[in-house]
Amino acid sequence: MDHFVDLTLSGLASGAVYAALALSLVIIYQATRLVNFAQPAIALIAVYTAATVAPLTGSYWVGFVAALTVGAAAGALVERFVVRPIARVSQLNGIIVTLGLLLVAQGGVGMIWGNEQHGFSYAFDFVGRPSPADVFALVSVAVVAALLFCLYRFTPLGLRMRAAAFRPEAARLSGVKVGLMLTTGWAISALIASLAGMLAGPPFISPNVFDIVFVYGITAAVVGGLDNPFGAIIGGLLVGLGMSYVSGYAGPELATLTALALVVLVLSVRPDGILSRPTARKV
Amino acid sequence: MSTELLEVVDLSASYGAVRALDAVSFTVPERGFRAVLGANGAGKTTLLRTLTGLHRADAGRVLLDGEDITRLPAERVITRGLAHVPEGGGVITELTVEENLRLGALWRSSRRDRATEAEVLDLFPPLVERLGRSAGTLSGGERQMLAIGRALMARPRVLLLDEPSLGLAPLVTKQIFTLLRDLRERTGLTVVLVEQNAAGALAATDSGVVLNQGRVAVEGPSTDLLSDDRTRHAYLGF
Amino acid sequence: MSTSATEREPRAAESAPDRGRTPRRGWSDLPSPLRHLLFAALALAAVTGLLLVTGDLTALRMAAVGYTMLAVAGLQLLTGGSGQVSLGHGAFMMIGAYTMALLVLNLPMLPLAVNLVLVVAVAVVAGIAVGAATARLHGPYLAGATLILAVGLPGLTHRYHEVFGGSNGLTVHTAGAPPFLQGLVSDSEWKALVVWTAVVLALAVLATISTGRLGRRMRTVRDDETAAAMSGIPVGGTKVTAFVIASAAGGLAGGLQVYVLGTATPSMFTLALSLTLLAALVLGGIGSMWGALWAALAVVYLEIWLSDAVRAFDLSKDVENNLPIVLFGVLLILVLRFQPLGLHGILQRLRALLRRAR
Repeated sequence: MDHFVDLTLSGLASGAVYAALALSLVIIYQATRLVNFAQPAIALIAVYTAATVAPLTGSYWVGFVAALTVGAAAGALVERFVVRPIARVSQLNGIIVTLGLLLVAQGGVGMIWGNEQHGFSYAFDFVGRPSPADVFALVSVAVVAALLFCLYRFTPLGLRMRAAAFRPEAARLSGVKVGLMLTTGWAISALIASLAGMLAGPPFISPNVFDIVFVYGITAAVVGGLDNPFGAIIGGLLVGLGMSYVSGYAGPELATLTALALVVLVLSVRPDGILSRPTARKV
Repeated sequence: MSTELLEVVDLSASYGAVRALDAVSFTVPERGFRAVLGANGAGKTTLLRTLTGLHRADAGRVLLDGEDITRLPAERVITRGLAHVPEGGGVITELTVEENLRLGALWRSSRRDRATEAEVLDLFPPLVERLGRSAGTLSGGERQMLAIGRALMARPRVLLLDEPSLGLAPLVTKQIFTLLRDLRERTGLTVVLVEQNAAGALAATDSGVVLNQGRVAVEGPSTDLLSDDRTRHAYLGF
Repeated sequence: MSTSATEREPRAAESAPDRGRTPRRGWSDLPSPLRHLLFAALALAAVTGLLLVTGDLTALRMAAVGYTMLAVAGLQLLTGGSGQVSLGHGAFMMIGAYTMALLVLNLPMLPLAVNLVLVVAVAVVAGIAVGAATARLHGPYLAGATLILAVGLPGLTHRYHEVFGGSNGLTVHTAGAPPFLQGLVSDSEWKALVVWTAVVLALAVLATISTGRLGRRMRTVRDDETAAAMSGIPVGGTKVTAFVIASAAGGLAGGLQVYVLGTATPSMFTLALSLTLLAALVLGGIGSMWGALWAALAVVYLEIWLSDAVRAFDLSKDVENNLPIVLFGVLLILVLRFQPLGLHGILQRLRALLRRAR
């Protein structure tokens, strides 16, 4: 029973991270119908920024802010100068270019900091269940999700971004700078991915540290529906719990393949995610 | 002498190798209500899209109150006072009715413009009780009203409409044409109406331009065009 | 600025059906399988010639070019042909590699040819399982699912440590040159020859498929699934078939890799491998089997040249290990941006220029 409670609590904490990653994927998917496989690359850049800045300044939080800032800036720049001109041509090229970015980031980080693991500290104490670090993960992701909701629902910027995503041409005719909105969306998405990286990175970071985390993030987004932000959050928590139980009772190596089975299962029943309303497939 | 608010001079545009507009010229005076008519593929929609910068002009100029706006991107054209209600209205069905309206005024100020909103809603009473609903729940006529309302939220000087009658019942079409006339009388708005429904459009407007294969074929007061059998048979099909 | 897809279509369309009726001279007159087999024999002769004039080190590199080319060609058929992006190609190489290693370890009496056939069979079964499960997934969903496969599969070697040897993997000894050739060819040269024999045969099969009816069907599905379905093409079946063929090619490539290197470890089959294969494919030229050759040459030789360069400039091990990955990523992005048809596209254009000059 104790083991079960432990697994549940840790599952929720990691689920918060997957929810954040899934949410960051959904933001981009909604705007451009592109799954951004470069998201772990952004998270990678963010944590290595933190790992460099924090020791220099002696403050975890300066590193934290630097990580999120650099991550968001990287997202914006990549969208504007790399992804936009290429993804315009075809969806296939869009997917492939984000994969190229992932290669560059993983290799680049390895070139600078090496392929071996580096220690990376938690924001708060990680001992206990729930540990302060777990609580921080849950609370920070909840706060980000709430802020995001308010931004989209209640602010002029949010209205512009939604209009640009749904009907870019109509939005332009209403004076919305659609390109700028895309870049903003990527920046926000990258910010959230950076936060997810800061939460998922500890205790050790290496160029491949986010591969598995990203796998669960994608699983969460697929389960929740790639264009459903609420689905992404619920999907993240569900995947976090599920993977925690599978790892705890059956072994961690089976968790990824369970995720694969889950994705395949969900998509064969509901091609747009279990939380989506079934709609006619667009032709 | 009336002042020409919108001047189109030798405007040409193409899709790949296909020339869609070939040196089209016409003017619309301030407070004018002008119809652009022609068969399918005559270049009407391309004309509007080129006027508002959604499509690139190959040559020619578009002047709004003397200012050259030919190369202005679409999102800037609206700030000069040229509003475009695209074919089908371009209502964003994922947003609420109110959000659609607010979107129209956003370029002027991020602050909510309740005064203009009240004025616009005054014109379209059916929208009032549906403000909080998703625009996807509106009927075709209501969507067209919302689309026009959203354009009016920008307080434009010239309103371009692309086939507002498309898919609407004759009675609703008539209401919309009457409303556009009223609007011109009350606010001094200049209106350019692209229509397939030539008879209805000529009945409402003061003058018309007939496009044929990307060129201006005939031009003149609406009543003349209506009574000229040759034009009617050759280009307007009624 | 269109993708390779549309520009190659006219050639594909003109290929098989009308060839019987309009006789042309020579080469293109032959039926497609025979043509590809002849070509394979020529390629093999060329490789043998190259092997005879070069040393052992080159032999190993040429073997590496061979199996990499096969893996990329499989991906070519899948991505370039049927428009499905698989990030799990490395996973199928891994399945082939471990099958080969386990066969050599546990059933040492089996001859190599049987082993290779069994490797292909296992890869086909795995391909059917994954392909059938993912047949309904399109675009980003398929990429996501296969990404999970690529990341998850290596974990199994830790889970079943006693079978797969954990992170140390499996080490096997494979036979070299047969006794009667000893002294004539070295073990490495022999292995390179064996690899290339298998590779050119497999490539002939792939080329025949891709220029045949199935290949046309795949391209139709890639260009427009709805239109394909309406013209009576079984969309799901075609996609699964493409997936299975690609898996078989990947598996065979993995098996050959173990035959040459004598070892299979999980770290050989990371996500980066799958990504690199995809990058190489785009770099070589998506949509053409020739692209696979340029891709394989690039994968093998870029790594070698970069290592040499790194050592020449006395840079660190970290740089040496990661520079190829970074370069592939950068090249991938540049090719997509400025030269969507890849190296093959450049060569084709040069050829057209030369022909016009003549």
